Amino acid sequence: MKDRIFRVNLTDMTTTVEDVPESWAGHGGRGLTSTIVAAEVDPTCHPLGPKNKLVFAPGLLSGTVAANSGRLSVGGKSPLTGTIKEANGGGTAAQLMARCGVKALILEGQPADDKWFSLAVTPEGVTIEEETELVGKGNFAVLETLSTRLENNPAIITIGPAGEMKMAAANISIKDPDGGIRSNGRGGLGAVMGSKRVKFISVTPGDAKLEIADPEAFKAANRTFAKALVDHPVSQALGQYGTNVLVNIINESGGLPTKNFTQGQFEGHEKISGETMHDTIKERGGRVKHNCHPGCVIQCSQVYHDADGKKLTSGFEYESIWAMGADCCVDNLDHIAMADKLMDDIGIDSIETSVAFGVAMEAGILEFGDGEGVCRMLKEDVATGTGLGRVIGNGAGSVGRTYGVTRVPVVKNQAIPAYDPRAIKGIGITYATSTQGADHTMGYTIATNILNVGGAVDPLTKEGQVELSRNLQIATAAIDSTGMCLFIAFAALDNEECLPALIDLLNARFGISLTADDVVNLGKYILKTEREFNEKAGFTNLDDRLPEFFYNEPLSPHNVVFDFSGEEIDTFWDF
Amino acid sequence: MKIKVKLFAYFRDNRFMEEFRDYPKGTTVGNVVDGLDIDREEVGVLMTNFRHTSFEAELKEDDILAIFPVVGGG
Ligand code: SF4
Repeated sequence: MKDRIFRVNLTDMTTTVEDVPESWAGHGGRGLTSTIVAAEVDPTCHPLGPKNKLVFAPGLLSGTVAANSGRLSVGGKSPLTGTIKEANGGGTAAQLMARCGVKALILEGQPADDKWFSLAVTPEGVTIEEETELVGKGNFAVLETLSTRLENNPAIITIGPAGEMKMAAANISIKDPDGGIRSNGRGGLGAVMGSKRVKFISVTPGDAKLEIADPEAFKAANRTFAKALVDHPVSQALGQYGTNVLVNIINESGGLPTKNFTQGQFEGHEKISGETMHDTIKERGGRVKHNCHPGCVIQCSQVYHDADGKKLTSGFEYESIWAMGADCCVDNLDHIAMADKLMDDIGIDSIETSVAFGVAMEAGILEFGDGEGVCRMLKEDVATGTGLGRVIGNGAGSVGRTYGVTRVPVVKNQAIPAYDPRAIKGIGITYATSTQGADHTMGYTIATNILNVGGAVDPLTKEGQVELSRNLQIATAAIDSTGMCLFIAFAALDNEECLPALIDLLNARFGISLTADDVVNLGKYILKTEREFNEKAGFTNLDDRLPEFFYNEPLSPHNVVFDFSGEEIDTFWDF
Repeated sequence: MKIKVKLFAYFRDNRFMEEFRDYPKGTTVGNVVDGLDIDREEVGVLMTNFRHTSFEAELKEDDILAIFPVVGGG
């Protein structure tokens, strides 16, 4: 099946299937969403208006049997940051979309009236239908209803009440193989989907298969690639403890942001750690290992049960647990799990929302540590859209502005995640310079600053941090184009066979002859394309800075501040 | 001298989570790891007093030593 561009215009309710323009042909995933957004979206437009577009793109290898290749990129102009945005997530949608021959799906325009719609994607194209039954419903109700309404087990991409209410922290949720939820979490793209009045998208490929230019070479490369992933000890630890194994190590390093970023260590760290979570899951009969899409050989996900042995949540990640845990001082893993489930159901980013709660606690709206209060407020305020619920649902910056809090951990209005930039300086460079606001996944210096993967750069000194962040941001942009889960990076940084095998996979899929240099150049092109969009939207180098308090409030236990000058940060872009 | 030794992830299995232990002066981080029957190859990160360290580093009274296997996440 030939790849094509599927386009849906919500203003006049038309759909088209177009040939792929030559300049887009080599792109996939983030590279493609950013290329399309840069080409077609006016950078000064209102993110929730008719001129913004929402672009879905499977990665270059999605839909094939390549290990860990099932990530779906979604892009647009972010209502949270005002920058270009790409958020990627797992679930089954990327693979099934690729098998439908969807190179990209573009939603544009906006309905004139206030009806809601659903989209059905098949290899023939897209159909639009009015939706009434599921409007206002949470994501789990959507998945359950659709599992009986729709045939052939389609992939489902949906928004919850947060997206419908166009909250700036709303995410886009994707069904995983077991009916759980994976999220394209950051930057409020669920609000953009809500602004197009699309409640859900189903994807059904039927028997369609995608073409592989050289199937034998593809198989061979995948064997090497999957082996490199499986053999790497980090992959094995991810399978056993999930990403939450990080709580204890980041705490030990003194870089675990605690109590709305006022301390670098959390007293209750052991209670919310990966080790405790692992034992709890085993005791209660949950699943230690779980994959967010078929073909993942690392399986960092898990299924967490409550004390009665009933499923509470899945895909329970370090960043969410840190945010609701250490940052809000909640040391009860069951409360955190309940909050995680509620946020999945509401369809709201668990990092942004939890950091917003941390700021709200500082403002005195809730006590630090009140996990039950958080769950109550998620249900009664955020899910229903009360005034306070919307203030929280619009993110940490919104809470800070509304209540006059000055310690607000955001860059470009996006909440800073689970690593304090004062004690882990490389990640501070990533937060400051990322084209999309604070986001650890854009250039995960923790690997080298803390975990000794891909070398070692002392987290507490300035030396080497800008270069580290730059190299990782370039590599990440390229990896985000392949549809690969970012956790392949640990193997790629350490195992010499891993990256060449990944390039062989791309070459065998498309019958091309990329080199490692081409891949680096792809990463650079993506970053520069994204930055150019931001500049046209009005951003300058002065937006590449951390909030003031990081420069003048020392963080315990190391008593360090973030001490990069503006000029030093700006050298990031010297490439 | 007294050292607080902390173990993480599967290094805790059949060992301990956290213990004060006595060592002779001049003990290195590597000596402690070997003494606990932990394969150096499996060690990912070592920290004393919240800073990265190495097998060769000498310990001193009241140090907190944390030993992690190779782990990752993000
Ligand atoms: S490693 Fe985790 S995030 Fe990556 S594909 Fe597997 S389950 Fe999904």
